[in-house]
Amino acid sequence: MTPILLIIPLAFAILTLLLPRHWVRAIIIPGLVLQVGAAVLLCMEIYQHGPQDYALGDWQAPLGISLIADGFSVTLLALTALIAALCAIYAQYFLTRYPREQRYFWPLFWFLLAALNGIWLAGDLFNLYVGLELLGLSAVGMVALTAEKTTLKAALDYLYAALFGSLAYLAGVALLYGAYGTLSIAQLSDMAAANPTTQVALALMTVGLLLKTAIFPLHYWLPPAHGGALAPVSALLSALVVKASFYILALLWLDVGALAVTVTAAQAMGALGAGAIFWGSWQAFQTRQIKMLVAYSTVAQLGYLMLLFPLAIGVSEAAAQLAWQGTILHLLAHAFAKAAMFLAVGTLVLALGHGRINDFGGVSQRNPVALFAFGLSAVSLMGLPPSGGFNAKWLLLQSAIASGQWHWFVVMIIGGLLTAAYVFRVFRVSFLQSAKHEIQDTHPALQLSALALALMAIALGFVSELPLSLMNLTDIAPATMGGTP
Amino acid sequence: MTIDLWYAAVGAVIVALSVFAFLTSKHLMKKLLAFNIMGSGVFLIMVGLPQHQHGVDPVPQALVLTGIVVAVSATALALVLLRRYVRAGGNPAP
Repeated sequence: MTPILLIIPLAFAILTLLLPRHWVRAIIIPGLVLQVGAAVLLCMEIYQHGPQDYALGDWQAPLGISLIADGFSVTLLALTALIAALCAIYAQYFLTRYPREQRYFWPLFWFLLAALNGIWLAGDLFNLYVGLELLGLSAVGMVALTAEKTTLKAALDYLYAALFGSLAYLAGVALLYGAYGTLSIAQLSDMAAANPTTQVALALMTVGLLLKTAIFPLHYWLPPAHGGALAPVSALLSALVVKASFYILALLWLDVGALAVTVTAAQAMGALGAGAIFWGSWQAFQTRQIKMLVAYSTVAQLGYLMLLFPLAIGVSEAAAQLAWQGTILHLLAHAFAKAAMFLAVGTLVLALGHGRINDFGGVSQRNPVALFAFGLSAVSLMGLPPSGGFNAKWLLLQSAIASGQWHWFVVMIIGGLLTAAYVFRVFRVSFLQSAKHEIQDTHPALQLSALALALMAIALGFVSELPLSLMNLTDIAPATMGGTP
Repeated sequence: MTIDLWYAAVGAVIVALSVFAFLTSKHLMKKLLAFNIMGSGVFLIMVGLPQHQHGVDPVPQALVLTGIVVAVSATALALVLLRRYVRAGGNPAP
């Protein structure tokens, strides 16, 4: 069952590359149905039978590739399939205006999915590297689709950051393999001791992954890349792609190197997160372009993910578990909300013909569904109840109280207020001012796919138990939650 | 000092030099070259260090082969983007 999730996207990537144009349009929906269906089936299988280990082509590790499907990875697989499906439906209508870009969008889209699935399923550090590189290359290709001067520059900056990040990661992998003679995550988490080799390797990998996750102050490449790309591309990049490198980072700190990380280092990671929250929110508050606002909002929201490290390392088991659950929920809620927000904003920009926030007057009358989707996703981002974002922040706040780390509590509260400050800029203009010029009608499918994603971000607030119980089906989690030396 | 450890040490020096070049050079082409040299340094560490510790081992060689394929395709993508960027009127050395 497990390898199907890699075979489907790779097969469709090659098909969409080779088939003539009208065929490509015809196989989009069947491909999405297959992908979502396979992800849901695998979820159910893991739920019933527990985690699975699969040796690709029956070649055992270390030469073969082992795929590991546990509760955490199948949740992320399902999330990826769901968000990608809605973004693809949106893209199908959005890209009718971009015939040339459409040709290359679909192969890259499927390669992106293959890379993401490969990362969620990888059982060793080197496959994570290959997944990261594939992900980086397809994401850069998608940013560069429109081939204008500004987007090409953004794509180049993104590519260089991604390449530098992966090489730093690979250097860490080389050191770990040299010291321990294995790449398997499960084996390394038993073996990796607190010695200088492990710590240097972890430091190298951390720097590389921070660069790829665009954590402040290494976020410089993200706003132009995510803000300049086409709307469905931005949604995929902000919702899923940056989460992949964070996933690896969390795996390294809480599982592979759990014995080698120190509380001071974890607090420093939290400080980077706090910096990301403040700086990203401030930039989102300042910018004039709506897509840059959403992109800077991603920088800020990624900061919350970084709070996992101080909240889960060097604290009691209960507090660590709360932090872990809160982070997972935040990851899911942000993925839904941010995809919804980018799609909604893409629709609004299409209707208005520009992205200047100060000229957003009148969209509340002419484009209410898209603005409503924007509003719902903003509710989840701000962490207002009832929404997935609220439950996530609630768990994180509780964890901060449980471990007595009040400084992170304050950071999260201020972060929520700053989020409110920048999203209300958009509402103030769109409700209080009337239209200055012509607003075009947009296809209902564009508005509805954004709305569906936003509703999922809200609904996550009611069914948070579901992903969290699935999460517990893992042999990674106990090690992670116990946490620390 | 065995020959394998010597490889790893030279690899580390190459990585350090190329990271410096990557960070300090302005021209995008120079950065790309620095990235490629950095890759070679990492590959040297990757082969040298495990062989020094555990003897001859096929796994790092398989990894380095994969790494080379990835580096070549990444370089190709970067070159295409760079060419398009310069043709669109961009300055390669901002």
